[in-house]
Amino acid sequence: MTLGVSEDLPPDGGLPADGLAETAEAKQIEGRSLGQIAWARLKKDKIAVISAVIILLIIAVAIFAPLIVKINGFPPDQFNKLDSDGNPLLNTRDGGIPIGGLWGSGTSTEHWLGVEPQNGRDVFSRLVYGTRVSLLVALGGTLIAIVLGTVIGMVSGYFGGWVDTLLSRLMDIMLSFPSLLFIMALTPVVADRGQDLLGIPDDNRLRLGVLMFVLGFFGWAYLARIVRGQTLSLREREFVEAARSLGAGPMYVIFKQILPNLIPTLLVYTTLLIPGNITAEAALSFLGVGIKEPTSSWGRMIADASDWIESNPLYLFFPGIALFITVLAFNLLGDSVRDALDPRAGRS
Amino acid sequence: MGRYLIRRLLQTVVILWVISAITFFLFWITPANPALLICGKNCNTETIATVNATFGFDDPLIVQYGTYMKGLVSPTGRDIGSEGSERNCAWPCFGESYQNGIPVWDSISDAFPATFWLAIGAATIWLFFGVMLGLLAALRKGKALDKLSVGLALFGVSFPTIVFGYLLLFLFIVKLKWIPFPDTANAALFEVGPVKWLQFYILPWITLALVFAALYTRLTRANMIDTMNEDYIRTARAKGLGEGTVIFKHGLRSALTPIVTIFGLDLGGLLGGAVITEQIFSITGLGKFAIDSVLGNDLPAIMGVVLFAAIFIVLANVVVDVLYAVIDPRVRLS
Amino acid sequence: MTESVTTTASTSAGTGKPFLELKNLQVHFPTDDGLVKAVNGLSFTLERGKTLGIVGESGSGKSVSSLAIMGLHKGSRAKVGGEIWLDGAELVGMSVPEIRRLRGQQVAMIFQDPLSAMHPFYRVGDQLVEAYRVHNEVPKSVARKRAIDLLDRVGIPSPDKRFFDYPHQFSGGMRQRAMIAMALMCDPQLLIADEPTTALDVTVQAQILDLMMDLQKEFNSAIVIITHDLGVVAQMAQDVVVMYGGRVVEAGPVREIFYRPEMPYTWGLLGSIPRVNRGGDHRLKSIRGTPPSLINLPKGCPFQPRCDYQQHVEGHSCTGEVPDLLQIGTEDHRVRCHIETGQRKKLFTEQIKPNL
Repeated sequence: MTLGVSEDLPPDGGLPADGLAETAEAKQIEGRSLGQIAWARLKKDKIAVISAVIILLIIAVAIFAPLIVKINGFPPDQFNKLDSDGNPLLNTRDGGIPIGGLWGSGTSTEHWLGVEPQNGRDVFSRLVYGTRVSLLVALGGTLIAIVLGTVIGMVSGYFGGWVDTLLSRLMDIMLSFPSLLFIMALTPVVADRGQDLLGIPDDNRLRLGVLMFVLGFFGWAYLARIVRGQTLSLREREFVEAARSLGAGPMYVIFKQILPNLIPTLLVYTTLLIPGNITAEAALSFLGVGIKEPTSSWGRMIADASDWIESNPLYLFFPGIALFITVLAFNLLGDSVRDALDPRAGRS
Repeated sequence: MGRYLIRRLLQTVVILWVISAITFFLFWITPANPALLICGKNCNTETIATVNATFGFDDPLIVQYGTYMKGLVSPTGRDIGSEGSERNCAWPCFGESYQNGIPVWDSISDAFPATFWLAIGAATIWLFFGVMLGLLAALRKGKALDKLSVGLALFGVSFPTIVFGYLLLFLFIVKLKWIPFPDTANAALFEVGPVKWLQFYILPWITLALVFAALYTRLTRANMIDTMNEDYIRTARAKGLGEGTVIFKHGLRSALTPIVTIFGLDLGGLLGGAVITEQIFSITGLGKFAIDSVLGNDLPAIMGVVLFAAIFIVLANVVVDVLYAVIDPRVRLS
Repeated sequence: MTESVTTTASTSAGTGKPFLELKNLQVHFPTDDGLVKAVNGLSFTLERGKTLGIVGESGSGKSVSSLAIMGLHKGSRAKVGGEIWLDGAELVGMSVPEIRRLRGQQVAMIFQDPLSAMHPFYRVGDQLVEAYRVHNEVPKSVARKRAIDLLDRVGIPSPDKRFFDYPHQFSGGMRQRAMIAMALMCDPQLLIADEPTTALDVTVQAQILDLMMDLQKEFNSAIVIITHDLGVVAQMAQDVVVMYGGRVVEAGPVREIFYRPEMPYTWGLLGSIPRVNRGGDHRLKSIRGTPPSLINLPKGCPFQPRCDYQQHVEGHSCTGEVPDLLQIGTEDHRVRCHIETGQRKKLFTEQIKPNL
């Protein structure tokens, strides 16, 4: 064997690799360069950059909601009956619809996006605070699903045997649940139980946690299945065998050897889960089983506004547009991330 | 094949049993006193005791579960009510509603047709448009049509049902007035005739179909592109086959196989109720029944509708497996 | 030549032109990273009843050239240049419907991996029948009879039963036999075999090669066999083309290439064949380095970065210009190398041959 051949052996060369150390090293270089390639592709992708900027803006709105609301001066829960000149905002005789503004929505220089019918709460302030609920629940639910799915999938794939059988059946069963129906039915029950167990009232802090929990709890099974499959094949790879033969324990192998190789999959799945969970939170709040009054949530706002669709359609559109743009931005970024990570998706 | 089918059906029964057990215990551990819900304003110690005896709330949970399962399994159903005043709840007995005392199964079978028509109509639309757009995009990969389809699909998956549904409702019912406001009576095809029926269902169908159509476009496109790169497609061309035969006989058949699977599961899932679309368009289907039951804390109804939906999903899994074996000979014989 | 009046156009003798002739074939793929020059000036001729072997590493342009002969690059992004003459017709400029009539009928192809090359959802027999009925308007029963007949001739036991099997029910060797039967359905005059034995066991390899030679005798077809296995070439071919980096680096009759090779790359290929008659302490030589990038071919001779004999070059620079493919001797032996012929011969006899 000629010296120096083994490192960059052509696939046809038919020579065995020299040693495990070198293979592992080659893997590492490969992994790093995939990340670098993906990052370079993302930076070049205009859509990715634009959607990332939009997402950062939305996150900023969520974080700085109290400051933003200070600018227009209407707390989201404040009932406004009169404008600063003392004129009424709502037509009390006509069911409490806003007076004036674009399409009868009560938009003005004070209330930029108008006021809520009947209560006169400022729509802009409620929309800004709704961002918090939307992102918090979506990100929290995603995090729970990713952690559960990764851990259960890796354990199932790595240990095999009865552990695998048990966990795989569990995944099957989780995937057989009618999930939206189940989440919908379960949220009040979990909130009830949580109230009992934690000794805190069923207010919206508890509801936030419950929503994250149910979304996470019903979101992990599919990921776990994918992770299990990848773990099964990674377990057989040389660098894992090498580490095991050197006496590495299962925890070391799982977290130091297998987990880093799962990162592209987890990234892709995260980008799929976040917009899905944003939509799910909105849907649950819309149905009346999510966030309750007086905390504002986009889904809740859409449900309230649906009663006024004829007289005040803008009230319905603002939360609708907010929801659409947020979901679209996450989907666009997710798509770009997936393309960037897919070595086959050469830009041809 | 026969043995496989039997094994698969046995598995299904086990999964359904596990789901029923999980659902039962999850919902029934709730501390809220169901007796209070049933007697309502007339509650006093005496009425509560009567109700508890009637519905067996005093029994241990496991006994209650046994009673519940008997209603589902025994061909004669089960009896409800305290001794001396029992009434039979016929098979399949999902119990009686706490809110109005109506057997849950009656409500489910009343609500099912609306959901069925909603799901079938939407499925037809999304399958047609999804597969067609995906196929065209794959065959025109990189061209304008492809980019348009990919863009539309991304737009579609990003349109939350609650937003899209209300947008359609506002445009076509409120603004343009092309379609009257939904009237539940028009859900009955044979009583109102096809025009009113179509008017009633068309917007819900489109609403429900949008996200699926978008997903199927992406899926068909990706599968078709992968398939057309397969070696056997090259072989088909090397034989001298026309491009039409290559695409439809050799390409599309392989590309659609995974779509059959997903379609079965999606349709199965929807037959258990399309909650949001039904809520937006006031369709009194299973989804609406479910949400009303949840908001009314009506445990037997919730339990019934969840189990009913689970049955569809689990059965859809079996149907899909069998279909897959029919389509792909490699599965059939291994 | 006297027969030329009576024979049909299917024998090329009448026109005086070779049956198959490639002239300066170029296949380029534009990609985002640059232009991939997969084949860059391939020329050869082939007569009916003869076999030509194309040899080279992966990515040397072997398979891409064969797909060009079938016209299978049409409709893709590939840019095909040069000329391909088959029995008096030019294929590169041909329209898709025209060339489709030739595919399977006049030119047929055997692919490397018979499992992925056959449609998994259709019965083997039906796939053969389909190949026949594209070009022959006959009832199914006739085509079926022919399919069973051919399955029999390629050595598949109880072909009337195996006709109804799916590809996955066949073993690897059987699948390749079925693939050959499929290629032969329309009695093609030219058979292109792209690594026909690479995916098979060694014992099965020999059977398949024997089968191809028998069938060649029977049908008098011309065969182009593409392989990286010089053993296969030695057994099958009369002429050899050695490709490197999309270019022909050496070509000639099989004896010349095996016994008097002059290009260092060919030496490397020969040195990497295992031989039984060598001593136990003999080590196989591999060619150092990796195949070149087809986007940025090395300057000058494409093989120069891996060549160990550059110090023998006089008057030229290996990194300067691309050497021409020059004829040497009386036989049709052509070599692309800057080393002077006499020096090459000397190097081969003194340094290379003793180690083979």
